[in-house]
Amino acid sequence: MKKNVLLLGFVFFLISNQPIFSETIRVGYGQKITRIQEGIDLSKPGDTLLVTEGTYRQGNIIINKPLVIKGINHPVIDGEYKYELFSIKSPYVTVEGFNVQHSGHSSMVDIAGIKIYNTHHVTIANNILVDNFFGIYSQQSQRCIIKNNQVSATTTATERSGNGIHCWKSDSIHIYNNKVSGHRDGIYLEFVTHSPVEKNDIQNNNRYGLHFMFAHNNTYSENIFRHNGAGVAVMYTRNVVMKNNRFEDNWGDAAYGLLLKEINDGVIEGNHFEGNTSGIFMDGSTRIDMQKNTFKGNGWAIKMQASCMDVNLEKNNFIGNTFDVGTNGSLVLNTFKNNYWDKYEGYDLNKDRIGDIPYRPVSMYSMIVERNPPAMMLFRSFITTLLDKTEKVLPSLTPENLKDEYPLMKPLPL
Amino acid sequence: MKKIVKYVIVDILRNKIVIAYTAFLLVMSLSVFNLEDNASKGLLSLLNVILLIVPLVSIVFSTIYMYNSSEFIELLVSQPLRRKTIWLSLFSGLTVALSLSFFIGAGIPILLYQPTGTGIMMLTAGILLSVIFVAIALLASVTTRDKAKGIGKVILLWLYFALLFDGLVLFLLFQFADYPLEKAMVGVSALNPVDLSRILILLQMDVSALMGYTGAIFRNFFGTQSGITIAFLVLVLWFVVPLWLSLRKFRSKDL
Repeated sequence: MKKNVLLLGFVFFLISNQPIFSETIRVGYGQKITRIQEGIDLSKPGDTLLVTEGTYRQGNIIINKPLVIKGINHPVIDGEYKYELFSIKSPYVTVEGFNVQHSGHSSMVDIAGIKIYNTHHVTIANNILVDNFFGIYSQQSQRCIIKNNQVSATTTATERSGNGIHCWKSDSIHIYNNKVSGHRDGIYLEFVTHSPVEKNDIQNNNRYGLHFMFAHNNTYSENIFRHNGAGVAVMYTRNVVMKNNRFEDNWGDAAYGLLLKEINDGVIEGNHFEGNTSGIFMDGSTRIDMQKNTFKGNGWAIKMQASCMDVNLEKNNFIGNTFDVGTNGSLVLNTFKNNYWDKYEGYDLNKDRIGDIPYRPVSMYSMIVERNPPAMMLFRSFITTLLDKTEKVLPSLTPENLKDEYPLMKPLPL
Repeated sequence: MKKIVKYVIVDILRNKIVIAYTAFLLVMSLSVFNLEDNASKGLLSLLNVILLIVPLVSIVFSTIYMYNSSEFIELLVSQPLRRKTIWLSLFSGLTVALSLSFFIGAGIPILLYQPTGTGIMMLTAGILLSVIFVAIALLASVTTRDKAKGIGKVILLWLYFALLFDGLVLFLLFQFADYPLEKAMVGVSALNPVDLSRILILLQMDVSALMGYTGAIFRNFFGTQSGITIAFLVLVLWFVVPLWLSLRKFRSKDL
């Protein structure tokens, strides 16, 4: 029995020679090989390359075989504003621990700090990317991991800056624990499927914190999106799950905590929207389940266009928003149930913690402002308060059916 | 001049209505801050009080006071005093007394519960509104000889500033909805001291809602140092101009 096992082990050893005979090669300053590209060319598939400390201005580095490339103490790979730094063209590659900076700029090609070309099983971890056109770019790749990277840029002109983490036509990309700031879009996903995006910290980007289009079946959880030019935009997507994210301080007329356009079958749960001009803007979205979210101190908690259908808002907290819900029409095909509204003025006679009269979250004045934005000048003036009160008694302009029949008396512990 | 100012202030501060006004403001602001669970909501309730009650009391009280002291004014005019001195002393006496009662009634609770930028702005706006409406009352009372007519006039004026003006703006906004009126609105807001004060206070308070397009224009103008200065200058003009007009009228008035 023991002999058999040994024999089997030996056979296995022979056929799988690649990883077993792998070596660790040191390249860089103070070593025999100083050019990283030379080290890659000399190594065999499965080897580990350790790059020593220093600043490398060696142009484009192409990784075309399965390798692990690690930087010791974050060596600086500088593109002198001309080159793409790492081009990964082979599966099973790991790039870890580099300081990648100053990639080239182009309006024809998407030059990135680290770019993954048409491959699979690539890991990009613990890198610091500074001032690149695109930070990390995945093109037609599957099963990659992008984690613990810090991506930042300082360009202010949108057309001169690319996206922090950009994925195109990819599948199963696991993006977590990254920090992105100063880029055009923090994370951009287009035609990307089955990808979890988790625990990223996306701040101060010029356009959107997170932007995805045609990216079905993805999950976004526990990310922070703060102070981005226009918040988070999600468009033309099915089966999206957004859980426990924070959307904060996105200010501007066209800035939204979360912009939902043509989103079907989504779940938005446990998120926190605070201090945005509009917490959520919804247009043409259907079958969305929104539960246990907190809307606090926003200008508009939710702007729901009349083109939305079957949106289910249940058990959310609305606290200290200037306007709770804004809409542009009288057609309402959505349900509001068991939410807590701090502006609710009803009573609870049977003490079941549910208010006895419905709450209408759309105020007359918010309808007026929706139709005629300069009317914002009369914000909180006596006449608008008067109009709101009359409208509550006799609804004429506000949609009759937009109401929460069972509003909660006390906020939910979220 | 000092003597007359002192006399007017003491006379007004002893007045039952002013004492009631102070007490009302005090009870109102204290209860507002104590009842609401968060202080910013309390400020919001107080906002309406300041924008409605303060102008109303200032304008009506000052008008009645001016009519009631017409004999006193006649007596003063017979003395070797310049009419300008008499008029300005009356104005100063009224403003100091009413501002003082506003400060005691609303200012102290604000400073106790909300010593923030919003609170300070509210306090300043309240005091300025008191002064402005005293000046308007003086102008109204000097141009109308009949007491009932004069009081009716100031009540209409108050109604105009507090309510009708906003209704008019709303009407115009809908009439001219096809035109870009955002920038014009900044100018229009200068035409009403109540609106101007409200916008100044709100810019400190409801920051995120005002980040929309119109709000951003307001903020770009009133949010800057020079914008705030201009706004305050406009508010100062709002009492200087009526005061100057009333003074001119009073100088040549046949008592």
